[in-house]
Amino acid sequence: MLSNFQLLFDFPVLNIELLLNGLMIGGIFALAAYGLALVWGVMNVKNLAQGDFVIMGGYIAFVVYKELGINPLWALPVAGIVMFGFGWLLYGLVIRWVIGRDLFTSLLATFGMAIVIQQLLNLIFGPDVQTADSGLGTQLFLDSVPVQEIRVLSLAIAGILALMVILFMKNSRMGQAIRATAQDPRAAKIMGIDTDRVYAFTYSLNAAICGVAGVLISMIWVIQPFYGIGHSIRSFVIVVAAGLGNLPGVIISALGLGALEQYGGFGFGTEFQQAIVVGLLILVLIVRQIMQARHRQVVQ
Amino acid sequence: MKYISKFAGLALGVAALSLAAAAPASAKVEGDTIILGSAISLTGKYSTNGVHAQNGYELAVKKINEMGGVKVGGKSYKLKVVYYDDESTPARGAQLAERLIKQDGVKYMLGPYSSGMTKAIAPVSEKYRIPMVEAEGASRSLFTQGYKYLFAVLSTSEQYLASAIGLAAEIAEKNGKKPSEVKVALAFENDPFSQDVRAGVLDDAKKYNMKIVIDDKLPRDLSDMSTTLTKVRAVKPDLLVVSGHSKGAATAARQLKDMQIDVPMVAITHCEAADIIGKYGAESTEGILCPTQWAETLSYKDSYFGTAAEFDALFKRTYPNYNTVPYQAAQASAAVLVWKEAFERANSFDGDKVRDAIAATDMQTFYGGIKFAAEGNNIAKPMVLRQIQDGGYNVVAPSKWASSEVRWPRKAPMN
Repeated sequence: MLSNFQLLFDFPVLNIELLLNGLMIGGIFALAAYGLALVWGVMNVKNLAQGDFVIMGGYIAFVVYKELGINPLWALPVAGIVMFGFGWLLYGLVIRWVIGRDLFTSLLATFGMAIVIQQLLNLIFGPDVQTADSGLGTQLFLDSVPVQEIRVLSLAIAGILALMVILFMKNSRMGQAIRATAQDPRAAKIMGIDTDRVYAFTYSLNAAICGVAGVLISMIWVIQPFYGIGHSIRSFVIVVAAGLGNLPGVIISALGLGALEQYGGFGFGTEFQQAIVVGLLILVLIVRQIMQARHRQVVQ
Repeated sequence: MKYISKFAGLALGVAALSLAAAAPASAKVEGDTIILGSAISLTGKYSTNGVHAQNGYELAVKKINEMGGVKVGGKSYKLKVVYYDDESTPARGAQLAERLIKQDGVKYMLGPYSSGMTKAIAPVSEKYRIPMVEAEGASRSLFTQGYKYLFAVLSTSEQYLASAIGLAAEIAEKNGKKPSEVKVALAFENDPFSQDVRAGVLDDAKKYNMKIVIDDKLPRDLSDMSTTLTKVRAVKPDLLVVSGHSKGAATAARQLKDMQIDVPMVAITHCEAADIIGKYGAESTEGILCPTQWAETLSYKDSYFGTAAEFDALFKRTYPNYNTVPYQAAQASAAVLVWKEAFERANSFDGDKVRDAIAATDMQTFYGGIKFAAEGNNIAKPMVLRQIQDGGYNVVAPSKWASSEVRWPRKAPMN
């Protein structure tokens, strides 16, 4: 184990590779995490099916690539639209009945949805791992660090998408309504905002963002019906670490998490790559708890 | 509420009783038919391979019956297999084994699919002293329990990649290097099967005094092993060995290509199951070594199916929806052949006599040699190592059965 870290000093160029790989995958984590923060902040629903939306997006890319035989990059808009519709459907069927209920109702409901999605994917596609191939190549950076074009493109797409969402939230009518509802749903309602529609839109937007993230994941990693949980946990860690409503925080902690995973996997072995994420969640919660305790004292 | 549950219990009891009454009292040999029993995964996560195994059993039964059946005491008997679906759950498998033996009176068993299911069922058959010939449980741990009634026709898991180490040593010597100079990188999933494979590789590496430079464990839900491969790039091993079921093969093959990892020799289990050639193309998987229990190109043969190639052709004719014949089906057929010969050699239906006849098996089949160690595992058949060459799988080791030269070194897949 120590010898692994020694390697990082012996071959400094490895650091660049780990950092680049981590930051580029972190950009995709940021998408799903931002969606989670949105739903959490606006609707106070903790969506445990977040990762399963991501995997669904991945399977949409797989279908486009395998069944239709076209480049899975075209699945980006398809996944966005299909998942938006799926989100709307789920909102009508499940989510609208649990908004405003206590924490456990929404946790149980979304956990149940996650299980149903996993099993449906398993029934349709089978338990084997699948991939989609973007057909893009690999470039050498600084003559020694291989950089996959799809990772760079993914980071760019994630960035553009994030920017679009931010602008939408700031300027559009619906974006303003979402922000108003997040601040005070009752006041928003009195002002004539159809909060039910706002909630439906928010939830669908989240599903669409996750779907796009899933398409990118399927072109870089591999997907399988039961891989959603890892992505759900990542989103939670990122949002909890950044704090709700803190978009720059979400982006920074997502990129940081991506890099940390790479270093952890390198140092302790791939098996610990995800264990580190969970360990970090505990650490973040402890730190938050201490900070909150201090905060309460000030109020007293 | 109480009454309802009581009523339900009563109804269940009545149902169970009527089922028990319907089952035949003794089914070991009915008229001129010998009944074999098997709990096998027809639904659930092992169902794909469970069905392969069932098709293998059925094909062998059909063939043996067509050829006149099994001759015991001067009389010909037909074979028949009774199946139950174990739903890919070990607890259900053990229950069904109990049911086969206690209720259906089955005296001769065929194995289920997977090491885990075999592990669940073997204690049951052992308890009732019912011999079981299994074809799908490779875990080493099945043969260290001192079972007397468990026999397996396939090679055990620790042999899966040992031949890769031997091949690496051979190549090193050919290039004027000492085998002890060979550097080996290992990446194995942390589950019983893959760790068995790893133990076998470590044993063989120790024999040649090779140096293990990386020894990473992979998680169960593996989707990224780029960190391990980054390490591989840095320490430049001569041989990279990966085992993590289909997902391990899919992830490794994808990232070897994407990260352009340059290792002269790469060995991965489950290449065929993950269909890495189909997923990533012939060019980027060229040169990867894949172990297999059996291949249709091997020159094994017997008097039932003929050569391995003839078995392959017959299987495809019988089950037209198969493009390639999975080795899981071939070894299932071989297990039925073991039963047939054991009955004839024992010339009796007495459980212990048949068991001893199985233990004394020493035969050649289309699937390879079959001879059982005292622990019940087959010691007459080696694992075969195939290399992906121009988009096909060619046998390259052991040299006795090799149809092609190994291509070395492997070039980094460029894209």
